[in-house]
Amino acid sequence: MPTLAIHNGRVIDPALGRDGIADVVIVDGRISRVGPNEGDMVVEAERIDATGLIVSPGFVDLHTHLREPGFEYKETIATGTLAAARGGYTTVCAMPNTSPALDSRSAIESVLREAESTGRVRVLPIGCITVGRKGQELAPQGELVEAGAVAISDDGDAVADPSLMRHALAYSTRFGLPVAQHCEDPSLVRDGQMHEGWVATRLGLRGRPASAEETMVARDIALAELSGAHLHICHISTAGSVALVAAARARGARVTAEVTPHHLTLTHEEVAFAEDYRSIRYNTSAKVNPPLREEADLVALGEALRDGIIDAIATDHAPHATSDKEIEFNLASPGLTMLETAFGLSMRLVHDGVLTLPVLIERMTAGPVRAWRLDERPGLAGLGSLAPGAPADVVILDPNAEWPVEPERFASKGKNTPLGGRTLRGRVLATVYGGQLVYETERVGAY
Amino acid sequence: MTAPAASTSNTPPAEATPNRGAPEWNHHHVLDLDDFSVQEIETVLNLADRMREVLDRRIARVPALRGYTIVNLFYEPSTRTRASFELAGKVLGADVISVTASTSSVVKGESLIDTVRTLRAMRVDAMVMRHSMAGTPYLASEHTDASIINAGDGAHAHPTQALLDLYTIRSHLGDLRGKRVVMVGDIAHSRVARSDMWGLTALGAQVVVCGPPTLLPRGLRASDRPAHAESALPPVTVETDIDRAIEGADVVMALRLQSERQQGGLLPSLHEYARLYQVTAERLARAKPNHLLMHPGPKNEGTEIAASVAAGGHSIIEEQVTNGVAVRMALLYLLSGRELPSDTGEAR
Repeated sequence: MPTLAIHNGRVIDPALGRDGIADVVIVDGRISRVGPNEGDMVVEAERIDATGLIVSPGFVDLHTHLREPGFEYKETIATGTLAAARGGYTTVCAMPNTSPALDSRSAIESVLREAESTGRVRVLPIGCITVGRKGQELAPQGELVEAGAVAISDDGDAVADPSLMRHALAYSTRFGLPVAQHCEDPSLVRDGQMHEGWVATRLGLRGRPASAEETMVARDIALAELSGAHLHICHISTAGSVALVAAARARGARVTAEVTPHHLTLTHEEVAFAEDYRSIRYNTSAKVNPPLREEADLVALGEALRDGIIDAIATDHAPHATSDKEIEFNLASPGLTMLETAFGLSMRLVHDGVLTLPVLIERMTAGPVRAWRLDERPGLAGLGSLAPGAPADVVILDPNAEWPVEPERFASKGKNTPLGGRTLRGRVLATVYGGQLVYETERVGAY
Repeated sequence: MTAPAASTSNTPPAEATPNRGAPEWNHHHVLDLDDFSVQEIETVLNLADRMREVLDRRIARVPALRGYTIVNLFYEPSTRTRASFELAGKVLGADVISVTASTSSVVKGESLIDTVRTLRAMRVDAMVMRHSMAGTPYLASEHTDASIINAGDGAHAHPTQALLDLYTIRSHLGDLRGKRVVMVGDIAHSRVARSDMWGLTALGAQVVVCGPPTLLPRGLRASDRPAHAESALPPVTVETDIDRAIEGADVVMALRLQSERQQGGLLPSLHEYARLYQVTAERLARAKPNHLLMHPGPKNEGTEIAASVAAGGHSIIEEQVTNGVAVRMALLYLLSGRELPSDTGEAR
């Protein structure tokens, strides 16, 4: 495999505490050396000039819906991983709400096989907590781990039965497996369509109260502490949940949490209002579970992310077809396409002074890796960093480049985003996965 | 079937834009009253006066909307609203057909968009929609240039009911400014209450909503919203005590209580509801002596309203029904874009 040298960028590698101008040298798909002028020492290499740009480890997403198998009309492993590459992601953890659900060795293996042949970046599958995600009986965790599952989750449907959840958590300690829960009590959200609050009142839509999330976060923390299991809170969305996680971690509980770019930056007003409060819309592209919340929640989430109470930004990339979204609000599928806009949208927190750029990058690289100890897996030592010997997953960024969101140009099949037509500041210019350039824009050229 | 009305977009036809002396009207669809100006509401009410005259004739039939085609598209059962629209269209000489659609057969919602497009392809001019899901008339309006009239969408809005309520109150009290209008009941699930709040507050009434805490929607009190969103909901007072709510009321409106609220665990029992929230003669004694009693129907006498007051001297419930036809005639006429009768502007 040829040598690749990325010259003269500002290398931000939070795992190693590096932040400075350096060259990154890649040999045989692994990071070889990082340092000032290291690239000049290499005689024969493909070269990229990153002068004036940011060079960081490739992003790691703990929460991606690739939809394959079963929902290829929404997304495939090929299109989803291409979208990931365009978004700067080199590792995506694939959620198991496929058809069939990823509750068996054969299902996990089929995803890995498909990723091997059509994937553009690394795919790490997540297995189910319960068989068929039905919340009735435990899925075979041992078999799932052996097949390659990095965590288990019934995402989309929380495990409602507290006793079953208790046992799932206790059993998982045998494997040290993160149990990732979508925390919303089904009986409290029923057929709720959006955040319960004044916007839902304006629209006459049934709400999903913040307390539906908080009661289940509290319950699951208590259950995890019973056995010392690793509970991972998916897409945390309320200030109250943040307080619960902070308190649990202060007690030493093994609780980790992720937050999405949209829950960090968009409120429930997105559903109803385009300009002013005089007229409304029913914007299904902003329909997502858990729902977009309120300003105070955004503030609490941003601060928790800054303080490390929330470990990672995860996209919850949830592509849907037009026919899933351009329908009655109550019937529209929840979720939004996020991989290709995650960095640009999350950069708002940097531009607004909530986070520094190195902290943002940490929460998209080393943070998720540490949360799920992904670097302890075979061949993944150093994942999420630019340490020598680590997989050569690198992204080149311009934090100030402005670009318009054009859903019709997404690599993802899902065009379902409330960001269409808006301008984001912060852009992924090139993505290197395993030493190969898997995405590049015209702005990153040969050296 | 004749050619559709001239308008081909969601923007109103040029002749409907306001100019000096002409009544203001800018709507191609009627989805809710939140985007109605005071002048537009008055345009409807003033024209409804003229329509009421037509309706009260011995032979109530004029050719004003001849060649105009209206479809009642009802995804939810309704007797009165549907009959009211049907009569309104027929009195004006429009062609009216009714389509009862079933939501149970709707697996994917393209069928709603398909239905609306198909009807438009048949040169339908206006569609009157009733649906159990909030927002569906908005979806329809994005996919057709026919006029969409919201005849009730889930718990969201029922603008024609609100207009007929405004018309009926105005016919008794004249100016609504400063009048205390109290709505009692299941505010959270009431599309009538939501639309009435917009219309009544636009005309300057002081609106009080009253119900048990489980039937009050979140964020209705301005103090429960961020400051920047103060105008995002109508300015109303929220009460849980009916006696305090009714005190000094000019108008008291009882709302229908669906029995499933009790099954949903929102209420202990209908008996307890009646004990705490039924509009009775005794409670109405706290209202102004000449107060008006209203109900959007259909009533559950003995639950939200006592039979004696529903049939009593303050009740204007039947007038509401008659006025509903007149108000819907006015709306249909305005939406048709046809030239207004020359004396409409003077009817106020």
